[in-house]
Amino acid sequence: MSPRIGLAMTRVRVEEKLIAQELDRRGLAWERIDDATHWSLDPDRADRRYDVVLDRTIGFGRSLATLRMLEARGERCINPAACVATCGDKLVTHLALVAAGIPCPETRVAFDPGSALVAAEELGYPVVLKPTVGSWGRLVARLNDRDAAEAVLEDRQVLGDWTQHTYYLQRLVRKPGRDIRLFVVGGEAICAIYRMSAHWITNTARGATTAVCPVDDELAALGRTCARAVGGEIVAVDVVEDEEGRRLVLEVNHGMEFRNSIAPTGVDIPARIVDHVLARAEEGVPC
Amino acid sequence: MNACLECGGALELPADPMVGEILACPACGTEMEIGGLAPVELRLAPEIEEDWGE
Repeated sequence: MSPRIGLAMTRVRVEEKLIAQELDRRGLAWERIDDATHWSLDPDRADRRYDVVLDRTIGFGRSLATLRMLEARGERCINPAACVATCGDKLVTHLALVAAGIPCPETRVAFDPGSALVAAEELGYPVVLKPTVGSWGRLVARLNDRDAAEAVLEDRQVLGDWTQHTYYLQRLVRKPGRDIRLFVVGGEAICAIYRMSAHWITNTARGATTAVCPVDDELAALGRTCARAVGGEIVAVDVVEDEEGRRLVLEVNHGMEFRNSIAPTGVDIPARIVDHVLARAEEGVPC
Repeated sequence: MNACLECGGALELPADPMVGEILACPACGTEMEIGGLAPVELRLAPEIEEDWGE
């Protein structure tokens, strides 16, 4: 019997389409869980409906809320809500990674511009200011000197909402014009790409180009450890290499985008995702 | 052939369209969302929200 698969989505981007096509290609029945609807929290509507739910919801807030409601009725979700709660906040992610012994860039956190300025001076310029909740590299600022730090910190304090008043600062890692995006599915590092850009932000959403990155033993172990640290089943780990060649982890993405990574790696990422979804569905017991 | 809601340019649908699928107009870049399939209904895609993306 075909497993009951739920696919939670907001928009159908290339990634969601590829996953849906892969499910269809295998003749698997699946049901869309559309977040453009409302939910009943009444207990008589709380029956479990799926063997597994794959979350491809696009927004952090919606994703977390949707997963919590699904898990409350006993659904097994990929990724679990706890993973999304961790990965959706860079500070929480950082704490989880450090607790697992994973090397990260030198980081400071402050709650007011004055303390943030002291932290920036302590790290040494340039420093990178990141919103703890954010995506696609938005509002990530490189502060090259004290003047820039004072200006940006004041802007964030005056114009930003409360989420921007947690000042998460990192010493800039002088990476070799690239970073590494490592894909981990079901505890296995399945492939990786280099994201290359002349700009200091090497994000494909910001125009970086891609090339295959061989997954060596160290990278594979790093991916496994990161996924375990955040409780993630399908995640993408962002890794930078510093001037000494050490690999440092910047963040772990719970809702990974992979459209630009299939061709360079030659790995059928949506197929690997569906493989994992099926494996979890066959386990029979919710997480 | 469907038309872009912004510039009126020709917009080709995929062979297997899905409700919620995002299409970008090749002429002006406007993103549209498929709102219905029978008949095909297009609407402007919602604005990206602050917490969207990875």
